[in-house]
Amino acid sequence: MGAMTREELQAFRAQKQRAVRAQREADGRTTEVIIGTGTCGIAAGAEVALKAIEDEVAKHALANVVVKRTGCMGLCASEPSVEVVKPGMPGILYGKVDAAVGRRIVQEHIMNDQLVGEYIFDKPAADIMQ
Amino acid sequence: MANQKYLLVCSGESCDADKNHLLQEALQREVAASGLGATVQVVKTGCFGFCAKGPVVKILPEETLYVEVQPSDAAAIVQEHLVAGKPVARLCYDQQQSKLHAKLEDIDFYQKQVRIVLRNCGVIDPDSIDEYITRDGYVALEKVLFEMTPEDVITELRKSDLRGRGGAGFPTWRKWEFTRQVTNPEKYVMCNADEGDPGAYMDRSTLEGDPHSILEAMMIAGYTCGSSKGIIYIRAEYPLAIARLKRAIRQAKEYGLMGDQVLGTDFCFDIEIRLGAGAFVCGEETALIASTEGSRGMPRPRPPFPAVKGLWDKPTVINNVETYASIPVIIMKGGDWYARIGTETSKGTKVFALTGKVKNSGLIEVPMGTTLREIVFGIGGGIIGGKTFKAVQTGGPSGGLIPEEYLDTPIDYENLSKLGSIVGSGGMIVMDEDDCVLDVTKFYLDFSVDESCGKCAPCRIGGKTLLTLLDRISKGTGTEDDLAHMKQLSVAMQRASLCGLGQTTPNPVLSIIRHFEDELNNHIQDRHCPAGKCTALVRFEIDPEACIGCTVCARRCPVNCIAGDRKLPHVIDQERCVKCGACLEACKFNAVIKS
Repeated sequence: MGAMTREELQAFRAQKQRAVRAQREADGRTTEVIIGTGTCGIAAGAEVALKAIEDEVAKHALANVVVKRTGCMGLCASEPSVEVVKPGMPGILYGKVDAAVGRRIVQEHIMNDQLVGEYIFDKPAADIMQ
Repeated sequence: MANQKYLLVCSGESCDADKNHLLQEALQREVAASGLGATVQVVKTGCFGFCAKGPVVKILPEETLYVEVQPSDAAAIVQEHLVAGKPVARLCYDQQQSKLHAKLEDIDFYQKQVRIVLRNCGVIDPDSIDEYITRDGYVALEKVLFEMTPEDVITELRKSDLRGRGGAGFPTWRKWEFTRQVTNPEKYVMCNADEGDPGAYMDRSTLEGDPHSILEAMMIAGYTCGSSKGIIYIRAEYPLAIARLKRAIRQAKEYGLMGDQVLGTDFCFDIEIRLGAGAFVCGEETALIASTEGSRGMPRPRPPFPAVKGLWDKPTVINNVETYASIPVIIMKGGDWYARIGTETSKGTKVFALTGKVKNSGLIEVPMGTTLREIVFGIGGGIIGGKTFKAVQTGGPSGGLIPEEYLDTPIDYENLSKLGSIVGSGGMIVMDEDDCVLDVTKFYLDFSVDESCGKCAPCRIGGKTLLTLLDRISKGTGTEDDLAHMKQLSVAMQRASLCGLGQTTPNPVLSIIRHFEDELNNHIQDRHCPAGKCTALVRFEIDPEACIGCTVCARRCPVNCIAGDRKLPHVIDQERCVKCGACLEACKFNAVIKS
């Protein structure tokens, strides 16, 4: 993508936003695993959890699962934190996710639609951008 | 078959674990008995921060919230809600028919946070400009470049009444307007990312989680004030934030959102990163400018203000990270929208790094006007281990301690200042009965003395003298005259110091003299530290009645100052005791007494 004009930027944004909406609505969609990797998340072991999750996803050859990083989710007391958004299931925020819990999330939540209790936390605020 | 519904039973540490367990079992039994076992999962979860109304049960995906649920309510929830599809009105937080389906996030009591600055933190991938753009990133820049004059931007900021989030609370629109009015072909836009308060990490988290929002806001400032050059002054201790900022700058340039002819217009803007060595005083704007220029980071008297004579003597607008992060939203949603949040004098939201003895420490963003109690006992979930709250520290080394009686004060610049503290950059440290106010104040003063640049005498000498006096009191050799002396010194420092560092160094001292006189007098008159933190005033003794002579304490003592024969009471040699407390921890018979 090279330098854009305003019109190009707007078209690009609209296309991206359509893609996000389509992702939410269409069938056979992708499960997103989002892990908080600010300095504090990393210090609490986010990289270890991330590796375990990626490894577990690869081991079971799960297509349609995307593991991505984000910044701080603000749950310092419960880091590392991981959000799982699977189509057809409510979005769930997990806290205190170590390697073992990360693997359980893949096996239980992503593969079997079972929530991994005890590690579920709540989002702190509504999204003002929605 | 996949699950269709989930019953979440909140079981945070503040709730009664046994009761929640019974509730979970009851729900599970009911679900199984109704033949829903295959489609409904009952799970125990972490804390939802709704502890006052616990136990809480949340049903997903509809997000119905039931409060104060008893095990005997399980049948009703399963039969009425899951089987018949009707919410159980009597268990809802708000029992009005229209609000039965209220989501947790729509409930006022629960929903104390509003995320404006942190809107993208924990949501987008900070390394992806595409994700930022998808969430309306750079819409504000577009709007400013194509639809607004610099005057329009100032007007919008003025309506929003946004005040500087670095701590001082100076109206942002005025800063921008001063810089805009100065005629000079060369001006600078600076971002102060020299976050230095102990316990503060709001700016780091914002930069790490959403770097593009800062770049976008700095470009808006550039357009408004007539500058084409931005500089982010960030401490070298923030390597992840620096790496993400650098990548963000590269991406923005690649997309034509930064550099020459932004989005095809005549507006050009470039941003450079300068690393600071982590000197606290460099957060002061004139010291920050000196450090950026390559000189020693020392403040200079103002006026002239940076708006007139800043970096390389050119007009310069300097804002803090959090201030910048608010600006794209103000442009997109309008100044009036922003000004509806907050109090009369302080609009919008404030990010706090909530730490210390609270259960749910976290990075939080609340509307101005939220009370300290709502933060500490609501969002924070109260004190760890059921201990008693003592004080909350705001404003770092420039702030002070706020005791229990003022917890219902709505937070804004004026209110906290009246209490002898400040909003500051946003560190908020909660203290309990085990913390000694004198000990904490010594820590902050020691920090300020260490960070004083030494240029002016009130700060250099005053700070050191205050620390010496505090130290004396903590050792039990202080007098009442010392308190009067400290007050006098503090006032002199506030009035005569060159910059904000020296002017605010005495704040923690004045705040404990004001709010914790009794505790200070305990130290001075009774030679006693109620929290047991001031080691010189603490004494460890062994109760000869309780001691069975097991010798564990003697073996654990690092200085071998506990003597006694096996099966006979032991004795601590007070002369040699270093008061480490190892014997207290080691004793299984409660024979070691700390006083």
